[in-house]
Amino acid sequence: MSNAPVNNGRRRFLTAATSVVGGVGAVGVAVPFIASWNPSAKAKAAGAPVEVNVGKIEPGQLIRAEWRGKPVYVVRRTEKTVSELSNHEDQLRDPSSEEPQQPAYATNTHRSIKPEFLVALGVCTHLGCAPTYHKGDFGEQVEGVSDGFFCPCHGSKFDMAGRVFQGVPAPLNLVVPEHSFIDDDTLLVGVGQGEA
Amino acid sequence: MFANFMAWIDKRLPLTDAMNKHAAQYPAPKNFNFWYVFGILASVVLVNQLLTGIWLTMNYEPSGDGAFASIEYIMRDVDYGWLLRYMHSTGASAFFVVVYLHMFRGMMYGSYQKPRELLWIFGMLIFLVLMAEAFMGYLLPWGNMSYWGAQVIISLFGAIPVIGEDLTIWIKGDYVISGATLNRFFALHVIALPLVLVVLVFLHILALHEVGSNNPEGTDIKKPKGSVKPEDQSKFKFHEQYTKKYDIVDAIPFHPYYTVKDLVAVVVFLILFCWVMFFAPEGGGYFIEAPNFEPANGLKTPEHIAPVWYFGPFYTILRVVPDKLFGMIAMFAAIFMLFMLPWFDRGTVKSIKYRCTAHTLNLLQFAVCFIVLGILGTMPASETANLIGRIASLGYFGFFIALWFYSNNEKTKPVPERVSG
Amino acid sequence: MKKFILVLLAALPGLALAAGPSIPLDKAGNDLTDKESLKRGFETYVNYCLGCHQLQYQRYNRTFADLGIDEKEGIAKYMYTGEKVGDHITNTMPAKDAAKWFGSAPPDLTLEARLRSPDWIYTYLRSFYADPNRPFGVNNTVFKDVGMPHVLQGLQGVSTLDENGNLSEASGGSLTAEEYDTLVRDLTNFLEYVGEPNKLERKNLGYWVIGFLFILLIFSYLLKREYWKDVH
Repeated sequence: MSNAPVNNGRRRFLTAATSVVGGVGAVGVAVPFIASWNPSAKAKAAGAPVEVNVGKIEPGQLIRAEWRGKPVYVVRRTEKTVSELSNHEDQLRDPSSEEPQQPAYATNTHRSIKPEFLVALGVCTHLGCAPTYHKGDFGEQVEGVSDGFFCPCHGSKFDMAGRVFQGVPAPLNLVVPEHSFIDDDTLLVGVGQGEA
Repeated sequence: MFANFMAWIDKRLPLTDAMNKHAAQYPAPKNFNFWYVFGILASVVLVNQLLTGIWLTMNYEPSGDGAFASIEYIMRDVDYGWLLRYMHSTGASAFFVVVYLHMFRGMMYGSYQKPRELLWIFGMLIFLVLMAEAFMGYLLPWGNMSYWGAQVIISLFGAIPVIGEDLTIWIKGDYVISGATLNRFFALHVIALPLVLVVLVFLHILALHEVGSNNPEGTDIKKPKGSVKPEDQSKFKFHEQYTKKYDIVDAIPFHPYYTVKDLVAVVVFLILFCWVMFFAPEGGGYFIEAPNFEPANGLKTPEHIAPVWYFGPFYTILRVVPDKLFGMIAMFAAIFMLFMLPWFDRGTVKSIKYRCTAHTLNLLQFAVCFIVLGILGTMPASETANLIGRIASLGYFGFFIALWFYSNNEKTKPVPERVSG
Repeated sequence: MKKFILVLLAALPGLALAAGPSIPLDKAGNDLTDKESLKRGFETYVNYCLGCHQLQYQRYNRTFADLGIDEKEGIAKYMYTGEKVGDHITNTMPAKDAAKWFGSAPPDLTLEARLRSPDWIYTYLRSFYADPNRPFGVNNTVFKDVGMPHVLQGLQGVSTLDENGNLSEASGGSLTAEEYDTLVRDLTNFLEYVGEPNKLERKNLGYWVIGFLFILLIFSYLLKREYWKDVH
């Protein structure tokens, strides 16, 4: 056994250096474990943008599409419905869509690209139930408003732009997903305007 | 801050004491050589298998219809799924490489001898569970070799008189290997056996630290209290559990000396491991066999059913016996002989360095026979192969018999009291 | 004792030879980094093979991305039956009818290159010969009594087998022998890619990981040597 004095500085340096390099290695090993939790190619394929043919929707009619496992409501609003949207803004929580519940290109009164088409997730912002579409008989819920959405679970109410009324449990407007139009008749849900 | 925290813990749990007892103040012989790294390497592989295994179950589908496709799903669709899968499949083979070398180390230096018999038994139990774990894991990809490999091994139990046939059906849970078999193997592979394995590893290490590590000289580093002059004792501080009863010689604390040394060994091992995993994950067709790239098909037997290489030695012993029942008995006997090694060896000198020449030759022929048996196990049966296999099987069993005889009145070389240098 | 060992060791290579493959395979010599070759192989596959043989574990968009094909172009050029770009590469042949037509259902080929090796595929597709006793009029020296017709016959033409078991030069096809070999090599290349789409990424990552481990080895070795000065 040698009795040479211990070089503590060198020892500390090598310990630190090995720890740092080993730590980098540990982080590297963690990468595949963490990355494997991302949506897989299968999930991405299943969650791919969905094309919806909107050419055959009658004025005032709602159709449902499915995108990433959620219902997407598409309604062709009549001109009358669109013009009436501003009539009840004093009864809404967020009439000018200040909360980020919609892409920038849908941050307007009608909350959509074309005034004609409402595209919104049919998922109540309260606890996730599917609101039902009331055409013509919504006045039972909100006086003076003929059409809207009513959530049967806890009574939340939304107007024809998916905006939530005051005094109901739902805190936010319905979510407008990223969407765009491939042509006049074809809506693409999942890809925003100008992205594709 | 940290000192306060540790003090708080230590009042409630003997953490510092345990770390000292098992690492920082654990006396390890200072003369460990290359052969002593395989225990640590086995632990590294165990951790790898546990982690990657858990992650694989997140995307694996244990059903006859979905299993094969879910492996390809992992290989293609899951981010880095291919890497996790190769880490696991390469790890399985690596496990047996290090465990076989670890066992051979024990045989060379007599690490199974008194007082380490129980330590050896725990090790052998680990080996046995590991084989069951590997066998069941190999069915899970539901490839054609998975299927037929399991078919052959399960059929073995059919050789048992009277209950044999019923037993195989009970194991399969069906009249053929089916989704039912796959599901139970999955449950055992991912939950039951790993639990047993971890407990056994814990006991193995606990038993090791109770009796202390052997070393290449086969000397005892714990001398009776008061028998060694203070200046001849090891200059390092050891835990009082050891120094209370013994004078410690030729030892160094496990930490930091063996932690840093083992780190080098682990890195070298990882280089070899990664080389295989990244550049030859099929291991030349021995780690992942080619027929496993087509789904299990009960109507289409692969041309040549070979077990994975690590079962080779035992599979050959089974195959060269021309009787189904006795073949199975011979195979299990081969493993049982290893269990009984501490009692076959009646000698008192541990290390091969100081034992008789016959022992060296005997161990050498055992190693050669084991390797030959292993190679034969991966090859198709033929007359020549059977003949060589029988000779090698005799060599395998002969090792234990011969050992029993010559170890009684063995002419040994004098064993030094102390490790030199 | 040593003699015994030597005898054993001497006998082993003989055994290994006995277990070797019976038909010598030609080297495919394909190159996974050659994207143009992969694209040609993909095109050949879609036109000649996909009708019967699916690639049910491989997705179109993954293939486009790996082969450097623009998605829109890919949909127009390689996808004929209105699938979505994220779909698996499958066909609509009903397995039961297929089994009736060919004796057994045409296997999925996603993993064929891993199951049989690229060299096997390359040799197999160049080993058809005329055999009037077979239902489709062809047999194969690599896969005896294969149930599959020679789909590429229009390109290669027909060979015959002489009594020594040698294949004649094929005649009557639209491609020369070299052109046909290149076509088959491209197809083999594509099948090797499909067998393991991560192969290049895997090897590439391997160099980095092993390089890193060598750096760690240097530091840990120096650390070990420093500490063990206490012991020696």
